[in-house]
Amino acid sequence: MLEVSGISQVFGGVIALDHVSFTIRKGDITGVIGPNGAGKTTLFNIMTGIYTRTAGTVLLEGTDVSGLPPERLARLGLVRTFQNIELFGGMTVHENVMVGMHTKSSSGLLACALKMPWNLVEERRIREKSLKWLEFVGIPELADVTAGNLPFGKGRLLEIARALAVEPKIILMDEPAAGLNNHETLGLSQLIKRIRDTGITVVLVEHDMELVMDICDRIVVLNLGKKLAEGTPREIQDNHEVIAAYLGEDE
Amino acid sequence: MKKELFKFGAFALFIMIMPLAFKGGYLMNVLIFVGINTMLSIALNLLLGYAGQISLGHAGFFGLGAYFSGVLTATYGWNAWVAMPLAAAVVGIMAYLIGFPILKLKGHYLAMATLGLGIIIYIVFNETVDLTGGPSGLSGIPNLAIGGITFDSDVKNYYLVWSFALATILFSLNLANSRIGRALRAVHDSEVAARVVGVNARLLKVQIFAVSALLSSLAGSLYAHTMTFISPASFGFNFSIELLTMVVIGGLGSIYGSFLGAALLTLLPEFLRAAHDYDIIIYGALLMVMVMFMPGGLVRGIPELYRKLLKMKRGSDHA
Amino acid sequence: MQFDQILQYALSGLSSGAIYALIGIGFSIIYNATGIINFAQGEFVMLGGMLTLFFLQLLKAPIWVAIPCAVAASTLGGILFERLAIRPLRQPTPINLVIITIGGSILIRGLAMLLWGKDTHAIPSFSGDEPIAIGGATILPQHIWILGVTLIIIAINKYYFYHTISGKAMRACAYNRRAAGLVGIDVRRMVLFSFIISSAMGAVAGIIVAPLTMVAYDVGVMLGLKGFCAAIIGGMSSGIATVVGGLILGVLESLGAGLISSGYKDAIAFIILLLLLFFRPQGLFGKAESERV
Repeated sequence: MLEVSGISQVFGGVIALDHVSFTIRKGDITGVIGPNGAGKTTLFNIMTGIYTRTAGTVLLEGTDVSGLPPERLARLGLVRTFQNIELFGGMTVHENVMVGMHTKSSSGLLACALKMPWNLVEERRIREKSLKWLEFVGIPELADVTAGNLPFGKGRLLEIARALAVEPKIILMDEPAAGLNNHETLGLSQLIKRIRDTGITVVLVEHDMELVMDICDRIVVLNLGKKLAEGTPREIQDNHEVIAAYLGEDE
Repeated sequence: MKKELFKFGAFALFIMIMPLAFKGGYLMNVLIFVGINTMLSIALNLLLGYAGQISLGHAGFFGLGAYFSGVLTATYGWNAWVAMPLAAAVVGIMAYLIGFPILKLKGHYLAMATLGLGIIIYIVFNETVDLTGGPSGLSGIPNLAIGGITFDSDVKNYYLVWSFALATILFSLNLANSRIGRALRAVHDSEVAARVVGVNARLLKVQIFAVSALLSSLAGSLYAHTMTFISPASFGFNFSIELLTMVVIGGLGSIYGSFLGAALLTLLPEFLRAAHDYDIIIYGALLMVMVMFMPGGLVRGIPELYRKLLKMKRGSDHA
Repeated sequence: MQFDQILQYALSGLSSGAIYALIGIGFSIIYNATGIINFAQGEFVMLGGMLTLFFLQLLKAPIWVAIPCAVAASTLGGILFERLAIRPLRQPTPINLVIITIGGSILIRGLAMLLWGKDTHAIPSFSGDEPIAIGGATILPQHIWILGVTLIIIAINKYYFYHTISGKAMRACAYNRRAAGLVGIDVRRMVLFSFIISSAMGAVAGIIVAPLTMVAYDVGVMLGLKGFCAAIIGGMSSGIATVVGGLILGVLESLGAGLISSGYKDAIAFIILLLLLFFRPQGLFGKAESERV
């Protein structure tokens, strides 16, 4: 589904990523882990079009998407969520998800301003479909709450709902469990499994080892800008280099 | 949705019967200005309040519409109903093209760039004397006319201008509550998140910049044809600031707020005739006070103030 | 096109360029310490000239008393502005900061108009009006004052920022506010200092150019914008780069006005500003920034 080859990133004199390559298989839940400073966020930002890489390619289902901006990637079926959730704080929860359906709708500026009939039909469809996504992640009752007022855990769910509204092929989540308590993390792992069950490939960058070992089909380990290992959770747990890099597992 | 339409209907009715209350007279002339300023402040609000992009040069687009229309009709005898939309189209396209480089800038840099653009346009008005009449202005601009009716009186021009203003309000309300309006607000709140879900932020900003310029140009043409005389002084930096003040006072992102701001800033100086020279101080003070104490504008600030006062009263009742 | 003419334009351009440089450095100092572009910067330039006139005429003070008093009064204005307008801002978003500094600039301009009317006034030149010949061109003694004072101020600036503790503290704030705060630098005081220095510099700039360009309540707008342009050329540096920026701007403007058209003189500065902002917002000397998410 997603193939990362030889990605390198150099900032000034610092080599943040050094020829990192791995493959994400379709329908998997893949975890990207590594100690702090390993380059996970940099890699993520490159894969999602926010940084331009110094070298290497990213292939999405065979198409070269290296260096494409996020809005193009979204249309090709790739979305991401952010570690410090980026919500549209001034809009309601429902409206946030509706924006997620931007690529699934097409009324232009004039059509919207003049309220053309096809725009009205589309608008109703957007409203109804986005409510379904809120139900899917479990927060339909918060539809009319202003997004900026949400507690962090709910905001996290909203961001996921918004990403799902894009109806992506693959969703990349940047530390989705960060800031969640145990109860919420459990809910999150159920949600991620449900997402995978609808056919969407999931990639997560995570520090929460329990979550990663629990739900991931495959794991990629980064350390100091290089790929250290790639394999099933079992294989990673038994890998001496990985253990050495972490000096014991962190929670 | 229905509620919005009802609100608009009530507002439109209010506007339409206004002249009956005043039976012509000097105030009619001022109310025409309110209409024009409403169009302008809504145009700026679309850019500033919804898309979150600062422009300190909007008087330039207003002036371009006025001069384009004015020169084509007064000097070259074109039909005003051809000149007006043509002006709007040209200004819109110009803004679209210049929007790409200019909207790459953010915050202060964008403010300065638009300020510079507005001033360059103003200087051009002053210097191209052969075309525009320079500082002495351009006169003899014909009134608009349809069928047998010529819009040559204040009452007639009131209805003409307000028809356009009401259309602008409806246009903008529709836009705000639509897919595009949501996308704009999303870009304003978090551009990166908007892009991640597929919103082409750059293109959208340029589109709204062009629409904003187009509406301003339309207002400018209307101004030219109702006043029949224009001069560069009306299209300078001071007026750009006045527009900014209207939008800020009314409330960024509130269409009716823009009307409120436009009405207040157009009517107040008329009632404070003696204070004419002081208006510049009042704008400055208003801007500062609003940003410091009511950043949401009057449309949000007044209800909030009312609620706070109510709470205080209830609190003291219990004491 | 005679060489003499070009020299004349260039020399007068250098002089106005020096003024733009001083104003531009004022912009940069505040920007570097606070991230704010102070739209009111030009008004302090205006105040310098206006207040000098005030002290000269109304208080009948001699010029070497009037000038320091004017600078002090302008600086006081700068402090008031920072205290009353900038510090209490609850939501310092770029839009709000732009609006509040614009509001402040209008307010200051309006007050000046109220107090001193709309007319232009003249301040006497510091050492007379006897023209001095250089090559085939002439300059006035005031031009020499302008260049001289500018050089002195730049030297003082350099000394302050690189050789005094508080100056280095301000530079630290410019590089990284949080880190500066963590090592014990009072960031809020640095903000105040930046306003003090900028308004003082602006006032001085306004005073030394006043004998040549007259003072009026609205001279601040254009000067401020052109000073900003100089700062952009210099990449918002508070040193040599902005000085060079100012000089380049002044000379280009003067040459353009003389050789092409004088009516469009002001437009030249803004066209340069726009071109720079479009194609090289980091200035001629700065390095392009990349955003870290």
